[in-house]
Amino acid sequence: MTVHQTASGYNFAYLDEQTKRMIRRAILKAIAIPGYQVPFASREMPMPYGWGTGGVQVTAAILGSGDRLKVIDQGADDTTNAVSIRKFFEKTSGVETTTHTADATIIQTRHRIPEKTLTADQVLVYQVPIPEPLRFLEPRETETRVMHALEDYGLMHVKLYEDIATHGHIATTYAYPVKVEDRYVMDPSPTPKFDNPKMNDCAALQLFGAGREKRIYALPPHTKVVSLDFEDHPFEPTKFDHACALCGATHTYLDEVITDDAGGRMFVCSDTDHCEERRAEGHRGELLGEAPAAIAGAAE
Amino acid sequence: MYVAVKGGERAIDNAHRLLAHARRGDPAVPEVAPAQIREQLTLAVDRVMTEGSLYDRDLAAIAIKQARGDLVEAAFLVRAFRSTLPRFGASEPVDTAAMQVARRVSATFKDIPGGQVLGPTFDYTHRLVDFLLEAGADVPEPARAPADETAMPRVTDLLGHDDLIERNPPGDPDAPVPDLTREPLDLPAGRDLRLQNLARGDEGFILALGYSTQRGFGRTHPFAGEIRLGEVEVELFSEDLGFAVPLGDITVTECQMVNQFKGSATEPPRFTRGYGLAFGHCERKTMGMALVDRALRAGELGEEVKAPAQDEEFVLMHSDNVQATGFVEHLKLPHYVDFQAELGLIREIAGRQAGDEPLKEAAE
Repeated sequence: MTVHQTASGYNFAYLDEQTKRMIRRAILKAIAIPGYQVPFASREMPMPYGWGTGGVQVTAAILGSGDRLKVIDQGADDTTNAVSIRKFFEKTSGVETTTHTADATIIQTRHRIPEKTLTADQVLVYQVPIPEPLRFLEPRETETRVMHALEDYGLMHVKLYEDIATHGHIATTYAYPVKVEDRYVMDPSPTPKFDNPKMNDCAALQLFGAGREKRIYALPPHTKVVSLDFEDHPFEPTKFDHACALCGATHTYLDEVITDDAGGRMFVCSDTDHCEERRAEGHRGELLGEAPAAIAGAAE
Repeated sequence: MYVAVKGGERAIDNAHRLLAHARRGDPAVPEVAPAQIREQLTLAVDRVMTEGSLYDRDLAAIAIKQARGDLVEAAFLVRAFRSTLPRFGASEPVDTAAMQVARRVSATFKDIPGGQVLGPTFDYTHRLVDFLLEAGADVPEPARAPADETAMPRVTDLLGHDDLIERNPPGDPDAPVPDLTREPLDLPAGRDLRLQNLARGDEGFILALGYSTQRGFGRTHPFAGEIRLGEVEVELFSEDLGFAVPLGDITVTECQMVNQFKGSATEPPRFTRGYGLAFGHCERKTMGMALVDRALRAGELGEEVKAPAQDEEFVLMHSDNVQATGFVEHLKLPHYVDFQAELGLIREIAGRQAGDEPLKEAAE
């Protein structure tokens, strides 16, 4: 953990206080109506749209000088965009950063929920590309807003049913739609459906920011979040046939890493912090000690 | 190998150093100064100011240099800078009729009060590469004439006197000014908000949409009533003083299209308007903008909405190149978590099909 000097010429955490207030109002409204997408006046940020500007604005609006920030992308702290966003907040706010899930008060994430169970004093901020779960069924915002207002989710159920008719099961593996407190259908952001159960009854506050689409939504602590399914085709989280090659975990989400051009591959935890902690506790996977440093994380 | 993206901080720092090196190019060639860009690549500066929504020639010039000439990237730099600036008010409406005109042409009348003024234009140049520019020849002085004091009324105002063109709705000075950059876009949008969106929209996108209306996808029968380029004064009403004070002059291009309209149950046939306005000298942009503005008024004028250029949600949601480039290019970011989920699904389906249908394969 390191403390950095704040960049001069910019306000704490980049955004001016007016803008932060505007975002906080949107966040409060989102918390008051779980799963509802609140429009907000998203700003141009110094990183591109689609690269986490929504999450960055939410984090900037809630960040205080006493916070400890963790940023992950694909579950890992050392992916380039996670490094870039973490550096941005180090530079503009000077807050402490950490890679340890348990030590963080705010965790900004893209595409994953940490494996370690989150606690009541933590906030998970998701980067969201397309906040509208109905968007690929109905491209018009003017239409989908009416559908949410009328709780008209027939189209979504038809889509899931058609999956079953075609494939024998629901063929959605990530951004798997959920229903929040029996009311709003919500996009969990493109997290794998493996992570969906972690959203339900979560002790931490979960905030979702979509910068380009100018929407914020939220799950207050201990909100009921149910993955959409049918009685005879219940929701099933992804399961892996492998254990993590580094830490031996059998309960985590795994990345497939191609190791050569002859079909060689290994499976490793996508949550790098969780994997490293397990190894520190003495858990050993099959290939620990043999895997390249870029994957095992020893060289950095 | 894809895992290389787990490069960490050193890789990013090194990439930035390499970028700066590539930006500089051959060190034997003199480095370009932002002032040179500001003075000699003026149309690039104009485009970056327009799409960056900030009138600052020096800032745009630095952005163009920093972006290695990538104008969308430069507009993005300007936008990101702009979002840190405080907003202290909205100016009075600029009066383009009082413009210090540098160029003004009308395609609807052979002669007009104040005359046709060609000004600095590529229009009648032959597009032959001028190799003299390579060596850098002296530029002859432009022809000069005494300033003409004749007023230059807007062509659409002349038509308006005869009631041949729809009247502009009267302006309400007390009405709030919507601000696309401070409020999320809400649909359906008013014409003012649509014009804001089109003004900062991508030149290529607006051009292509305008072009599509000319080829029959939402035809509007346009005539270029007038295109004018010049300086206008920007004024801000001061609460302390009780009157508007000038902030300075900006150069703008304005295009007023005059479009046929066959009339409706309540409206007599008369000409209608399409409007374009942007910073600097940018006729392609403002002409495209005026065509799309008119096309987007289809609903208001009782015309059938069936072409892309007439579809407000389609146009307004996709016109912004900073948004578009960000989202398209974000596909470069790692997606291996989701891809892994899809890989698993495909393998499962492929495995099941291989298991289910061995007999069929054997029979063939």
